[in-house]
Amino acid sequence: MFPANDASLALAGPAPADAPVPPAAAVARLPGDLAVWFFILAELLAFAVFFLCYAFARARDVALFNESQRTLDLNSGAINTLLLITSSWFVVRAIQAVKHDRHAAGARWLVAAMLGGCGFLAVKVGEYADKFAAGVSLSTNTFYMFYISLTFFHFMHVILGLVILGVLLVNTLRRRYGSHEYSVLESGGAYWHMVDLLWIVLFPLVYVMR
Amino acid sequence: MTTSTNANRAWLVLLAATGITWWLGESGAAAGTWAVATMLGLALIKDLLVIYDFMELRDAPAIWKAFLIGWLGFVLAMIALAYWLGQH
Repeated sequence: MFPANDASLALAGPAPADAPVPPAAAVARLPGDLAVWFFILAELLAFAVFFLCYAFARARDVALFNESQRTLDLNSGAINTLLLITSSWFVVRAIQAVKHDRHAAGARWLVAAMLGGCGFLAVKVGEYADKFAAGVSLSTNTFYMFYISLTFFHFMHVILGLVILGVLLVNTLRRRYGSHEYSVLESGGAYWHMVDLLWIVLFPLVYVMR
Repeated sequence: MTTSTNANRAWLVLLAATGITWWLGESGAAAGTWAVATMLGLALIKDLLVIYDFMELRDAPAIWKAFLIGWLGFVLAMIALAYWLGQH
């Protein structure tokens, strides 16, 4: 299935993609660098606070939240969910490719992942433009205050994620990563998956739940 | 199963689960306890797939699985609690 690169892969590289996964006890391993996981935990905590503030603020004024939520574009929210999920999958494919020294393929998957992220931003900007044109702002009501600030906070994390993917792309093209070194790639990938993880909670919470 | 097989399967399930959540919103069935429970249940499954098969924590040290899954469980449980409080 995969073209044999050279003998060194058989000698020293990690197992091919189709090899069975060794038992967890033998190779319990955190992908990427430890530091990125501390960062991810910090981000998860920050968003948890935000999600909970939204959920409990909503409980205090359900009617207002339900009514204002109706003005959100559900399709945009759903499309954005699909874009991030698919983009995350592309990143997994990219990392798999680079781990097997298929740098060109890895770079293509990373480009595709970035396009997904850019698509997300474009859809989001469209939503904001719509709302601002309708005169909605942070001070319109509590729901809109949360909707704008929470999704914009997430938006900024998507931008950071794209910067990270961009750096990974450049380094992949320069062959800095491969079967010999993929920790940084995994670290950046983990951050991107976190962005996806958060949106998967945000979408039903803000767009759908009523 | 290999990493790539797991990830491919996860992606397909994620797409389907998103479709269900979207449908709940689109059809107007999103209101009410059962719909919300379904949505939160789907979010749980989706994020477990991201944690296990995208972040590849399936074979990670237990403490890290505990952190991520614990975060997810706590957040979704609190959202459910807040929703329930809003209904009463």
